Amino acid sequence: MPITQTHELHTRRFGRNLGVALSLVAFAAIVFGLTVAKIREGASMEAYDHQPRVSITPPVSNGSEDGQ
Amino acid sequence: MTDATTNATTGTPEAQFGDYVQLLKPRVMSLVVFTALVGLLVAPGGVSPMIGLAAILFIALGAGASGALNMWYDADIDRIMKRTRGRPVPSGRVDAGEALSIGIALSVMSVAMLGLATNWVAAGLLAFTIFFYAVIYTMWLKRLTPQNIVIGGAAGAFPPVIGWAAVTGSVSVEALLMFGLIFMWTPPHFWALALFMKADYHEAKVPMLTVTHGRTETRRQIWIYSLLLAPVALGLGLTPVAGPVYLAAAVVLNAIFLIRAFAVWRRDEATAEADGFAAEKRLFRFSLSYLFLHFGALLADAALRLTGVMGV
Repeated sequence: MPITQTHELHTRRFGRNLGVALSLVAFAAIVFGLTVAKIREGASMEAYDHQPRVSITPPVSNGSEDGQ
Repeated sequence: MTDATTNATTGTPEAQFGDYVQLLKPRVMSLVVFTALVGLLVAPGGVSPMIGLAAILFIALGAGASGALNMWYDADIDRIMKRTRGRPVPSGRVDAGEALSIGIALSVMSVAMLGLATNWVAAGLLAFTIFFYAVIYTMWLKRLTPQNIVIGGAAGAFPPVIGWAAVTGSVSVEALLMFGLIFMWTPPHFWALALFMKADYHEAKVPMLTVTHGRTETRRQIWIYSLLLAPVALGLGLTPVAGPVYLAAAVVLNAIFLIRAFAVWRRDEATAEADGFAAEKRLFRFSLSYLFLHFGALLADAALRLTGVMGV
């Protein structure tokens, strides 16, 4: 038989449960936002150890070297 | 009391979400957020807005966690004092064990998340701040020494240093002077309050300076700390994080603070009681603006530097 009757306890704790739910959603949103920010910041980093990735660093133009 | 807030089985008041928020001392948290934000914004380098926002949130959460641990441990004296009687634990709305669990869980979470979001120097400083406030201050020295306010002030002085470390990964003289500003400001601020809230601390048997060394000595200590506060505040004005706005504000605010602290020092009890502790209340109220305006001036100078106005 499905549980259809709402116990008094459910009403009493609704506000508290809603608050906890919203806090968890906010935490998940912060972690997601942080992940996006970190990935953007670390675009030129090697993923495995977060070291500067020399292979994708744009070459520094040096006029004296190529005679220009 | 309605059924919505009372546990039907035990008859005791049942905690609502707001009670758990109260457990984190949101008023203290607002000062933490503001000073940490200033520390973060004036630090050289800068971080992305999302990382900055997360850092401030986790510093605030860490402060809230130490507040919950404080409420768990201090429930016995909170029950006695009029000002703290209505807090979630002494009023019975939140179980003491629950406050302890929340305090520990949020401490671990805030430190770990701050470390992941920024760096482990900032996280280490946050962990030390929580330990310092919950263990050194609350559990050990608060009930032992009348210098409790000075020691507790150190915990409140860490947030701008953590904000600074979140950006730079280190601690420098500017951060230490921001620490010193809050540290030196705390004793005159709270002792001014203790002078007109004497009955509460006395009944709770907390060794407040007013009780252990007398009110005349408290007035003298307010004056001494105010004298020590001024050079720290002005010294911060000579560092690269400050500019003309801060320096002008510091000169004016410290002059007013010293005048008001001097007035409190020179008064006797009969005069103070006759006018309902007007000078003490004036110093206490001004001390709130004092700290807010100092940190606000640092922000204003940072904004001026950013926009290049006035050549700073």
